[in-house]
Parts: sequence; structure tokens; C-alpha cells
Amino acid sequence: MTVPTMTAVEMSFAPSAESPRTTGRRTRRLVNVALGLALPVVLGAAWEWVVHAGWSDGRLVPPPSVIFATLWDLARSGELWVHTRATVLRVAAGFALGVAAGTAVGAVAGYSGLSRRILDPTLQALRSIPSIAWVPLFILWFGIFEESKVALIAVGVFFPVYLGVMGAILGVDRKIVEVGRAFRLSGPALVRRILLPAVLPSYIVSLRSGLGLGWMFVVAAELLGASEGLGYLLIDGQQLGKPAQIVAAIVAFAVIGKVTDWLIEVAAAPFLRWQDAYGQQAGGA
Amino acid sequence: MLVLDQVGKTYPNGVNALERFSATINRGEIVAVIGGSGCGKSTLLRAIAGLDRASRGSITLDGDLITAPHGKIGIIFQEPRLLPWLSVADNVAFGLAGLPKRERAGRVARALDRVGLADKARVWPRELSGGQAQRVAIARALVPQPEVLLLDEPFSALDAFTRSDLQDHLLDLWADARPTLILVTHDVDEAVVLADRIVVMRPRPGRLFEEIPVFLSRPRDRTSALFEDLKRRVLTSLDQSLDRDIPDRREKSVSGEAMWW
Ligand SMILES: Nc1ncnc2c1ncn2[C@@H]1O[C@H](COP(=O)(O)OP(=O)(O)OP(=O)(O)O)[C@@H](O)[C@H]1O
Ligand SMILES: [Mg+2]
Repeated sequence: MTVPTMTAVEMSFAPSAESPRTTGRRTRRLVNVALGLALPVVLGAAWEWVVHAGWSDGRLVPPPSVIFATLWDLARSGELWVHTRATVLRVAAGFALGVAAGTAVGAVAGYSGLSRRILDPTLQALRSIPSIAWVPLFILWFGIFEESKVALIAVGVFFPVYLGVMGAILGVDRKIVEVGRAFRLSGPALVRRILLPAVLPSYIVSLRSGLGLGWMFVVAAELLGASEGLGYLLIDGQQLGKPAQIVAAIVAFAVIGKVTDWLIEVAAAPFLRWQDAYGQQAGGA
Repeated sequence: MLVLDQVGKTYPNGVNALERFSATINRGEIVAVIGGSGCGKSTLLRAIAGLDRASRGSITLDGDLITAPHGKIGIIFQEPRLLPWLSVADNVAFGLAGLPKRERAGRVARALDRVGLADKARVWPRELSGGQAQRVAIARALVPQPEVLLLDEPFSALDAFTRSDLQDHLLDLWADARPTLILVTHDVDEAVVLADRIVVMRPRPGRLFEEIPVFLSRPRDRTSALFEDLKRRVLTSLDQSLDRDIPDRREKSVSGEAMWW
């Protein structure tokens, strides 16, 4: 993404990133991470110990050591890579399509009242359809291979992005737009210097929720029939009675989901520094 | 010279907010517009700013008909309206997009220095106090060197001490390039401290009730007897402007605007 919010000159005045508060913030963050990890680690260790002591055979709920061993085996055989790649590619394609469509339609609906009155009722109606209901239709339309899966993911991503972009544009403070008018900005300059930066924070939020839905829908798509993908690992594990493989795939989903979400967050951070404090407050002590 | 000729505004909802407002305002003059709530002060100012179009009459600045925001007219709102994603310096530079980088930086630095916020240049707007933010807004409006600066209750959200501080500041800044100032206010003190001429408006429909010239020399002593006299005069006029039985006093001013100076 290029720098939409600031011209080169405007950048030059931007407040510097490092502040005396940074170090304190970092330790606080480490403590928070440790606190967040405490519960799963303790539970995992407890279960490990229960199985180890022979109070349970751990067949249906495998202990962490078995899960990690399974993950390790999958990784060593290259299977993990193949399945992860298939899933990530599907999500990437669906996410890209959904974001492109959601952004374009959301921008049009937010910008022009007429198109909003034409588009929004239909889209809201479509949104209320449980997305899995599309699957049979998509399979008829696009076949049982990649296209129908990508389409399903794109539909899942589309709605939060569409709603986020439209809401953000509608929510732009008219008083600030008026500042742009008073300084006689042209239409494109108004969009670039006022609307885009004003919309960006909620846009990032909608991208993140869109991505979350993308991960949800890829599971649905893969559960319904796939020969590779992390979702396939789930089904395969169920059919062959390998709970450790199921949990391993779930762990992989969690890790990749978290990492991709984090990537968006990191990519957006330089543009959202001006509202750091709000995020910090919302994060709370 | 700013000429308002029979300016009127009826909003789409049918409210007649401004009716036949005429005035001639000379370059460098400071005019305070005062009047009860809803008598069309903001409407008037927004029409001069070109943000809303007048429904009737005409507004011209040195012969240019104002129908949209004009390069020589700046406006300061009641709230600072800084852009939260730009640093203080970038906010001040907002209206200078056309200038070379060097000159822009120089002008911004001088303007911030002038409002006493040189040390805040690289800070985000959210880190400013209300008074500081309004000073940044003043710097932002002044830095393109407007010939007319409109102010809609610019200090009304501030405490009394900050307010009088900023009034002095505004006069200081005004003395640099002497733009025309048109200031909407609810504060009689503020009007008498700042203005060369006080325009009293009355509501339903919003129109000019009386113009009161202020002959006091600057800097003005807020405690002097003359100051008190003028304040009383303005207060009386404000009182009368709300009384429907007293007719408008604008006949005199229509025939001879130039009489007072
Ligand atoms: N956008 C608008 N649409 C419809 N009516 C409006 C609009 N803005 C103002 N009015 C009406 O026009 C009249 C004059 O409003 P205006 O804001 O000019 O008053 P004002 O003198 O600035 O009041 P105040 O001192 O309270 O700010 C009021 O009756 C108000 O309700
Ligand atoms: Mg007003």
C-alpha cells in the first residue's frame, strides 16, 4: 500500500515514533502476553500429567506432547506445507476478491446516497443468508474445485468490508470535511487528504474481521470436499480416527489466522500512529 | 472591501434564517457580530465563507462574487477542527499545499512561533489542550495570509482566562498583516475589546438591528469607564433587539455606511 494519508512534506513533520513511554509499554506488553499464556499452558501441562500418570489413555483428547509430535511428523513429511499452502492460497484469493469488491461497492454506497438506496437493501438481504447456504449453488456454478471455494470465502470477506467501508464513509465527521472545503480542496484532493485518512482506522478493522470470516469459510469450504488443505486434514483425521491430527490442524489454523491478522495490524500501524493512545486505552490495563 | 448586499438565506426546511442583510466592511476592519441565539449569525458567516450559498442578495469581495470558498477568505470555527492524523505542523501547513516545501516549512514555523506553540510542532492534535488547539486553528487559518478572516465564536468553548489571552493573541496576529476580521460572538466583552464596529442582530428572521461603532484606541483597557459605557450600550441594544415592539434601527446605516469613520 502506498502512503495515502500524508504527502511527503506532511510526513516530514510527523511526530517521532520513539517516546520515553515505549519501554514501559513493552514490559507491560510482555507481562500481558505471559498472563494470557498462563491458562492454556497450565491446562496443557495438567492434561499431559494426567495422561502420563495413566489416569486417562488420552485417546480422544491427546495430550500436548502427542499433538506436537503429530505436527512435527506432518511438517517433516512435507504434508503440513502442502495443506497449509492450499488453504492459504484459497484464503488469499478469496480475501483479495472480497476486499476488492467490498471496498469498491462500499465506497460507492458510502459516497452516493442514490446508489446506497439502490444497493444497500439488496446487499443487506443477501447478507442475512447463512453463507453456507450458497455452497450447493456455487458448486453448480463453479464446479467442485477451487473456484467454488474461493467464491465462498470471497462472499464471507465481502460483507464486513462492504459494511465497514460504507459505515466509515458515512461516519466521517462533516465538520472535518468542511475544513477541506474551506481550504478549497478539489474532489480528488478531498478524498485523498480528508476522506481516506479519516476512513482508514475502521477500514483496517473491517479488513481484520473480513479476514477472520475468510478463515472461517475456508474451513467450511474444505470440510465440504477437498483433497488438500488444513480442512481436509480435519476430515481425514475424523474419518481415520486420528484426533491428534485434528487438533494439530486446529492448532495450525489458529497460528496462521493469528499471524495473518497480526500482519494486517503491523502493516497498518504506521498509518494509525496518530490514534495510538485510543488503542492503548481500549487495550486497557 | 467586502460588500454584503441584501443578503438573505432560507434553508431548504423553510426556516428564514437571514433577511436583507447589508453591510460594507473595509479592508483591515474588525467587525463583531453579536445577537441572540438563532438570529442567523452563523448563517451569515457561512455565506461569506462560501460554505453555504445565500438564497438572495450578493456578497462580493473586491468585486468577486462569493459563491464558493474563496482563496482570500479564511475561517475559524467554534471547534478547532484539526485533522487528528496530521501533526500540529502539518495541520498548520494544510492550506499551503501549492507552495514549495522550504517556504511552507518556514511559514509554518513562523506561524507556530507566533501563536507560542513552536515546541508543539511535532505533536499530535490529541496531545493539545483546548486553548492550544484553537491557537493551532488560528495559525492554520492565518498562514495562507487571508484578506478576510471569519471567526464563528472561536473562543466560546474556552475558560475566561484562556479566552482573554487568546483575544490579545488574535489582536497581535491581526496587527501583522491586518486582515479584515469578522467575528461572531456571544460575549459582549469580547466584542468591545476587539471590534471597530459591533453589529447587533435580531432573530426571526435574522437581520441587522443596529451597528455600534467602537472608537476606543487599542490596546483597550477592560476596566475603563468608556469601556463600561460601550458595554452597557451593546447590552441595551441586545435587550432591545429581542423586543418585537422596537423597530429595526438600520435605516440610518443603509443610507450612510461610511458615516462612522
Ligand atoms: N442547516 C440548517 N438547516 C436548517 N435550518 C438551519 C440550519 N442552520 C441553521 N438553521 C436555522 O437558521 C436559524 C439561524 O441559525 P444560525 O445557526 O445562523 O444562528 P446563530 O445566530 O449562529 O445562533 P447561535 O448563536 O446559537 O449559534 C435558526 O433558526 C436555525 O434553526
Ligand atoms: Mg452560530
